[in-house]
Amino acid sequence: MPQTAFEPWNDPAAKPLIQFRNVSKRFGDFTAIDDLSIDIFEREFFALLGPSGCGKTTMMRMLAGFETPTSGTIMLDGQDISPIPPNKRSVNMMFQSYALFPHLTVYENIAFGLRRSKMPNEQIDARVKQMLKLVQIEKFGARKPDQISGGQRQRVALARALAKGPKLLLLDEPLSALDKKLRQDTQFELMDIQEKTGTTFVVVTHDQEEAMTVASRVAVMDHGKLKQVDTPDRIYEAPNSTYVADFIGDVNIIEGYATKQGDTVSIAWSEGNSPIIGTPSKPIANGKVSFAIRPEKIAISAERPTDRNNVVHGKVLDIAYLGNLSTYHVALPDGTIIKAQTANSRRRSSRPFTWDDEVWLSWTDTAGIVLES
Amino acid sequence: MNMRRFSLIAVPYGWLVLLFLVPFLIVFKISLSDVALSIPPYTPTLELSEGWGGFRDFLSQLDFENYEFLATDDLYWKSYLSSVQIALISTTICLLIGFPMAYGMANAPKEWQPTLMLLVILPFWTSFLIRVYSLIGILSQEGMLNQFLIWVGIINEPLTILNTNIAVYIGIVYTYVPFMILPIYATLIKLDGSLLEAAEDLGCSRTEAFWRITVPLSKAGIIAGCFLVFIPALGEFVIPSLLGGSETLMIGKVLYEEFFSNRDWPVAGAVAVILLLILIIPIVLYQRNEQKMMEADT
Repeated sequence: MPQTAFEPWNDPAAKPLIQFRNVSKRFGDFTAIDDLSIDIFEREFFALLGPSGCGKTTMMRMLAGFETPTSGTIMLDGQDISPIPPNKRSVNMMFQSYALFPHLTVYENIAFGLRRSKMPNEQIDARVKQMLKLVQIEKFGARKPDQISGGQRQRVALARALAKGPKLLLLDEPLSALDKKLRQDTQFELMDIQEKTGTTFVVVTHDQEEAMTVASRVAVMDHGKLKQVDTPDRIYEAPNSTYVADFIGDVNIIEGYATKQGDTVSIAWSEGNSPIIGTPSKPIANGKVSFAIRPEKIAISAERPTDRNNVVHGKVLDIAYLGNLSTYHVALPDGTIIKAQTANSRRRSSRPFTWDDEVWLSWTDTAGIVLES
Repeated sequence: MNMRRFSLIAVPYGWLVLLFLVPFLIVFKISLSDVALSIPPYTPTLELSEGWGGFRDFLSQLDFENYEFLATDDLYWKSYLSSVQIALISTTICLLIGFPMAYGMANAPKEWQPTLMLLVILPFWTSFLIRVYSLIGILSQEGMLNQFLIWVGIINEPLTILNTNIAVYIGIVYTYVPFMILPIYATLIKLDGSLLEAAEDLGCSRTEAFWRITVPLSKAGIIAGCFLVFIPALGEFVIPSLLGGSETLMIGKVLYEEFFSNRDWPVAGAVAVILLLILIIPIVLYQRNEQKMMEADT
């Protein structure tokens, strides 16, 4: 049986678990959330991504119940949750600082939420043991939070937030306190746990790599507004604005003036350079545009390629060697710097280009994104 | 290296030996002596010129008579008991007043906190004696408190507060409440607000979060505050002698009277030694609490 892709957002019949309807939140003169509407579906792993101060934390705190919207409504499972206090919501949160209770053992931390409900002790014990097993810290139940490592604390925080089996789990920068290697491993575990428990996860992060890895959909936020809500690959390959293109990953952005030529546009961008041929995703009018192209979409060669429309000539200014990849900063005669990336499939000694080499950069008609500015 | 280490440790220990142990031994020796009409007012005195024999003679004259006397006269053990009772009740009242104040301070806006802190410490800028004397002016029959209550119309006849145990409680609580507030405030200010949010998130009401998170996590501060009030309150003599009446029995006052009014240094010495023995228990407990707090911080 072929597996159907998990895409409830494309299914008009799907009922969203969370609905933000024209939600605004103001703190005095400062508008943290500006007339924001969004649907989040059950079993989704939803990432709120943005720079600090973009309102992503405020959105999450409104879901948890620590803040109430100034206007608009937030629905959870079809119910307006604004009047419900945090302790009565079927929403749990994993705090950025983990907020583990230092005076309680790991076991009691996880049992804390369960003990607040009228659950019998044997059931609590079974549930806590199940949670300890889920996050693989069975050995540490009797320890206090200050007697375990940062990575283990992160697991306790996750287990504690999941113990009550919430409809929605909020994760505030869940992996920011871990070092890079541990973070990458934990990302996959987090996805695994999300799949196993079937809980809807909303994660807040400023780390785009983390958001791209774990999330089924990513919402890019800026100044209290949603810039784009889409799957990670669409966010990366088809950003709808220069802001999103620039925020996610590395990108070259070239300003120019577009003229329609059938399905493609010709973008005049610099004197002395031939116009760039690009393919807009939707028809656009003639006028000012931004052309965004990812460095890995640009080929670099010593000879002038003949099979492509977009070819520029320049000199290697800088090489950023990242191990698996090398990014070449190439200066064009007019001073524009374009970044091109190649995979280092061969050993370093045989790297083809070095500083001050004259090189040709080229890309296809569909490699870049044409954005109206 | 070892020499350096030794001299480093020797400084605090030398200090303790010189300023605590030696005076204590002198008081202990006096408590084993007999009262006499001389200067100093007790015998025997140690005559080093008489050599070893003199010392042996001196030792043979020491006895535990005064301790036996303390046990037979019920004034003393009643005073000890009543001191412990007054100190315990005062500590409880200090906690009931001090904790809400510390909690309010810790939750006040950041820019207000230094001012509130200053207000708590401010009374220390005037002499302790002046503050206790001014309480006499407030609490006496014609004092401001009675005048105010009559003016408001709550009472018709002035209340007798001064020279009762109530005045002693008011004096002790007023004097020592900052010692309760400051350590509790110090622990509350360190409390991570996200812990309370986490408790709420996991199903606690605000009140439940307070009892389950705030109180256990400020325990070290509460214990420190209680000892800081209890220990000096137990031996307090200025407040009971200025504000208390004939019914007020406190061991500090008894000690003062034995020493200065009766000029019975040996009995006063015995009273002091017993008081110290009583205090050693809370002091040791307090030190252990401090150590735990330090360990928790690291």
